[in-house]
Amino acid sequence: MSKPLKLSLTRRYRFAASHRLYSPDFSEAENKRLYGKCGNPYGHGHNYVVEVTITGTVDDETGMIANLGELDPFVERAVIEPFDQRYLNEEIAEFKGSVPTTENICREIFRRLETFPAARLERVRIEETSNNSFEYTGDLETVQGSAG
Amino acid sequence: MIRVTRKLEFSAAHFYHNPNLSAEENRRIFGKCNNPHGHGHNYVLEVTVAGEPDPATGMVLDLKELKDILQREVADRMDHRHLNYEVPELAGKIPTCENIAAVIWRLLEPRITKGKLDRVRVYESADLFADCTVEPNGAGGRA
Repeated sequence: MSKPLKLSLTRRYRFAASHRLYSPDFSEAENKRLYGKCGNPYGHGHNYVVEVTITGTVDDETGMIANLGELDPFVERAVIEPFDQRYLNEEIAEFKGSVPTTENICREIFRRLETFPAARLERVRIEETSNNSFEYTGDLETVQGSAG
Repeated sequence: MIRVTRKLEFSAAHFYHNPNLSAEENRRIFGKCNNPHGHGHNYVLEVTVAGEPDPATGMVLDLKELKDILQREVADRMDHRHLNYEVPELAGKIPTCENIAAVIWRLLEPRITKGKLDRVRVYESADLFADCTVEPNGAGGRA
């Protein structure tokens, strides 16, 4: 073998949920200025795409970093089941005290997936819409947004 | 530094089977991918080369050259082939997208003379892909 290669595997999952960007720490006027139409009191929703990237040794026996037969049900239980067709502000306990921006959703999903036993979680990337995506690699400094 | 990415699509058949394991183990680990008749994918390969653009041409490398390299090294070997039987570089390996990405890296790396191979990404479907890069510090994942 020549140079050590690094392999990662990325799987895309989907959920649909509603949210509202609003912080009780700010005045109504500040909320309006900060969050604009995302602060509509009735909420609104997105079809979120969650890209989960894992890395680790490729097992010679299986040719895999981790078996999707383990990753899929893990993500399903930890993220899709609790998030899909929900109102994130009310139905995900962690968002009772924080605003469910996609930055915060990235962190929360990363936290939930970090315990995946079969490989190391490298990145969670979320497309909130096809124009906006966010990614988090576990370092609190590195939530990166991109808007197109 | 600039990164240049070229895409190539190829279609191939494969199945997952490890002859060192029992039939039952194979079914348990690989599920329906273990079907001995095989199945196929439209693979999408994305090859990224990194480098400084040549001041005279404004290019990191000639994309036509990269296209020809991808045709020779990847498409001619893998397009409309059965990966388990017809690609010697994959012999003895389970043709997962991790292993395909690592094999393609090793085929391409010595052929890229302008710029450096930065990443090989192999999509098996729109929702599943493997990335092969060089380990920055020699730790972590490998193939």
